[in-house]
Amino acid sequence: MKQIFWTFVTLLSHWRRRPGNFFALFVGLAIATALWSGVQALNAQARKSYDRAASVFSGGGAQSLVPTSGATIPQELFVKLRLAGWKVSPALEATVLVRGTPFQLIGVEPLTLPRGGQLGGLVDGGDFSAFFAPPGQVIAPPEVLRDLGAKDGDRIALDTGKSLPPLRSSAQAPPGLLTVDIGVAQTLLGRPGQMSRLILRQPPDNDAPSLASVVGNALRLLPAGEEEADLKRLTESFHLNLTAFGLLAFLVGLFIVHAAFGLAFEQRLGMVRTLRAVGVSTRALAAALFGEVALLALVAGGFGVAAGFWLASALLPNVAASLDALYGARVAGGLTLDPTWLLSGLGIALVGALVAAAGGLAKALRLPILAAAQPFAWRQAQQVFMRRRAWLALLAFGAAFAAYLWGDSLYTGFAALAGLLFGAALLLPVLLSAALRLGESFSSAPLVNWFWADSRQQLPGLALALTALLLAFATNVGVGGMVEGFRQTFAHWLDERLAAEVYYEAAGAPEARRIEAWLATRPEVLAVLPSARTSVRLSGWPTEIFGMTPHETFRAHFPMIDQAPDAWEALQRGDGALISEQLARRLKLGLGSSLDLPTASGIWRVKVGGVFPDYGNPRGQARIDIDALTRHWPDAPRVSYGLRVAPQETPRLIAAMQAEFGEKIVRIADQAAIKKISTRIFEHTFAVTTALNTLTLVVSAIALLASLTTLGDTRLAQVAPVWASGVSRRRLAQLEFLRVLALTAATAVLAVPLGLGLSWCLVAVVNVQAFGWRLPFEIFPWQWAEILALALLTAAIASIAPILRFVRTTPAQLARIFANER
Amino acid sequence: MTDAATRDDARKPAQVEAPLLRVSRLNKSYPTPQGPVAVLKGVDLTLARGESVALMGESGSGKSTLLHLVGGLDQADDGEIVIDGVDVTWLSDTGRAALRRETLAVVFQQFNLIPSLNLQANVAFQARLAGRFDPAWTDELIHRLKLQDLLERYPEQLSGGQQQRAAIGRALAVRPRLLLADEPTGNLDEATADDFMALALDVVAATGCAFLMVTHSERLAARLQRQVRLSAGQVRLSAGVINQP
Repeated sequence: MKQIFWTFVTLLSHWRRRPGNFFALFVGLAIATALWSGVQALNAQARKSYDRAASVFSGGGAQSLVPTSGATIPQELFVKLRLAGWKVSPALEATVLVRGTPFQLIGVEPLTLPRGGQLGGLVDGGDFSAFFAPPGQVIAPPEVLRDLGAKDGDRIALDTGKSLPPLRSSAQAPPGLLTVDIGVAQTLLGRPGQMSRLILRQPPDNDAPSLASVVGNALRLLPAGEEEADLKRLTESFHLNLTAFGLLAFLVGLFIVHAAFGLAFEQRLGMVRTLRAVGVSTRALAAALFGEVALLALVAGGFGVAAGFWLASALLPNVAASLDALYGARVAGGLTLDPTWLLSGLGIALVGALVAAAGGLAKALRLPILAAAQPFAWRQAQQVFMRRRAWLALLAFGAAFAAYLWGDSLYTGFAALAGLLFGAALLLPVLLSAALRLGESFSSAPLVNWFWADSRQQLPGLALALTALLLAFATNVGVGGMVEGFRQTFAHWLDERLAAEVYYEAAGAPEARRIEAWLATRPEVLAVLPSARTSVRLSGWPTEIFGMTPHETFRAHFPMIDQAPDAWEALQRGDGALISEQLARRLKLGLGSSLDLPTASGIWRVKVGGVFPDYGNPRGQARIDIDALTRHWPDAPRVSYGLRVAPQETPRLIAAMQAEFGEKIVRIADQAAIKKISTRIFEHTFAVTTALNTLTLVVSAIALLASLTTLGDTRLAQVAPVWASGVSRRRLAQLEFLRVLALTAATAVLAVPLGLGLSWCLVAVVNVQAFGWRLPFEIFPWQWAEILALALLTAAIASIAPILRFVRTTPAQLARIFANER
Repeated sequence: MTDAATRDDARKPAQVEAPLLRVSRLNKSYPTPQGPVAVLKGVDLTLARGESVALMGESGSGKSTLLHLVGGLDQADDGEIVIDGVDVTWLSDTGRAALRRETLAVVFQQFNLIPSLNLQANVAFQARLAGRFDPAWTDELIHRLKLQDLLERYPEQLSGGQQQRAAIGRALAVRPRLLLADEPTGNLDEATADDFMALALDVVAATGCAFLMVTHSERLAARLQRQVRLSAGQVRLSAGVINQP
């Protein structure tokens, strides 16, 4: 133990003498851990919220009856079931808007609510009478009150103008939900006598009549865990994408750690030889080295985990907004600290550090005590190493291609991406070395020749940092291209898709008919385009059936990927459907395929006449004629409308409609407002991507700085002979600067094709697998110019300190190199 | 025991009946692209307790290799190395580490101090590793080697002579039975080398250990009790004379 202790203390003394190295290692590991554990915290928080949300109705083992099709259950069915002895409790769920922010409202019936579940517990614990006695009560978790900017007892107005009952905060309330009495909910939502589900208080008695005998096919028993599984399946791709980014950032961070450890081991080879020479056994040395790596990993990892928590807290609002808007998944506003996450963060830091240090550790442990410097052997070894790298790179590219060719899942998509990045990372030093060798062969002037040869000798020390930069630049080109491409495609798609100038939703069917009649009298209204929707499951996948009018507006504007010549005619006849790209891919359907739609009265077969892009929709969608929809799903409310109006008349018409119908219109917005909301959803999503992307770039810049700083220590001995031969320090410093600039610029140039490959892989493979839609592949040369400029700036900033140090080296210090004093 | 008495003991002829070190028929070759090159060819050597011997020879004669094999830094092809009655020729890595740590100590031409430790920690280092750290003895060594004003300095802040004095301090702090030195003055000028040798022989005598030193310098070799000359991997001449320091 004494041996291990003193060896350990001696190894640690290295860092005290080289704080720059320690800083690079610490920052690298801390940032890598922070990015990884931050992403994990976001995912864990989201999953925890899903579980809590899913257990709102299923808690305590309760099951639900939901409509087979359509959105609501009429009161009569509830009454029939109760009379038949089924112990059910009604509930009504809907999204309400408060100052434009969506909140989930749930109406429950406290007297019949099952005990034990989240909702049952809520009512049990609270003031029972206050909950349903007028004016009632809204129970919500503290974060919802915070989001609302309200406190206990406050009454909040919905965007429809109606007021919620007084708020009551409860930590036990389901995340993001406003819970009210069902009567209050029906009034607030303008859906008297309607409910969205019936909660089964207990399984039906054996002698109770069967569900079908009471309500026919109108209701179905929701299998346990189906809702939870739906939410998880819908959001899985989002979380997987987030994890992939976290992993990429973690790997780039590990490059720094690898570089810092590698250089530390390199600098300590003499020390290790001395330790071995004075009697430290390999075993003791191994124990001390492992102990050192573990200690550094735990200290830096600890900081990293704390920083990750902070990062996740900062990104959570954007992630929550994206998840809510894209999938309707509510994530609690505040991040909670979980010991498992804390330990796994430290664990990943430890594993990462050990992986990053493995090469150095192995080298230190295998080091012969008497190994002499053999520059020629080293060069030969380098050549063999380069050849091996080239072969491994080819293998990685081959694996990526194979994953693309034969893979059919998001995992193989990421495998293709990883193979591409890994191959490029392996190939970079080989390409740079070849370029430097080429430069060397063309130069004859001695200083220029030395410059090329010396750059080649520097390459192994800089290779890791340059590789980290390559990955960061390529990710920026690739992800930047994908995001920009998406932004442009999405904007164009929205322009076409949102062809109507005004969109509104009536409070109910009678109101809708009255408004329609009123609109018919308005000369500025060019067309009224009603729509209705209902939900079904196709091959277990939640799918929306959307009824629309095959009006000229849609025929001219509705964006399509592919369509049969008679697509719109077939739709109008009622035997054709347009399906979303997601649905087409998921069910492997194409033009002319048959699609079986489950209706309350049986299967209805339609023919696919067209496939349309439906960006951002996690569910499938089939569009049919609105009258056909009403025939097959009579319960589907026909309350949503689009209006064609002369654009200059839009504000006046909206004002007139609001004045005329007030609360009878649940929501109304013009085209621009809807576009703004839709665009904001994606800005939230990409804010997270951009933040991780930028951090990856920062991490790689630190990697370069760390490598240059640590290399600076050994540079003196390499540069001193050139200085002694009559080259000024200023000239040498200029050459040093030029070298870093040139190598970084070359890396940035190589990052462009890699980034394009990455971008293509993202739009053509990963996006398709993750979301079911494919974007057009576009290139943005101005982004490349930005990256190149950024690369040169990074190189300049990173090389300033080491070069200034070199310029400040006194002639006496340089002369000491030859005095053999060290 | 006084210093003078210790010095006298050190100058006594080797005790042939109980040698501290016995090297018999030692062979060592190194692989090269042109085939193996024999560096040591059946070398025999003995060293009595407390005896000081200079190992000489032209470059490439095998003297450093012999020192490294005795010091457990490398392994022989065949032959036998016995130190203090223990055959150390085929010890495992751990066994050889223990040998270097506890029985003998090595001083190198390149000083090989640990750059991140100050002089005081460097001198105490091996003794601490071996669990034999004796503050009083270490302090005495530091004073004998005239290092007391440099204790807080790091190796890079020391001259070559100072570094080599620290290196021998580190070697002797563990009170080894055999001290090996591989051209310890090779990087020092003549005056510094002379000063170093005087101090080194003084502390070696104070420790009472045997001393085997590789050197090119006839002048310095003459200050040791015996000179052994290697040529082309074989012992050509062993001069068993007592030299005056």
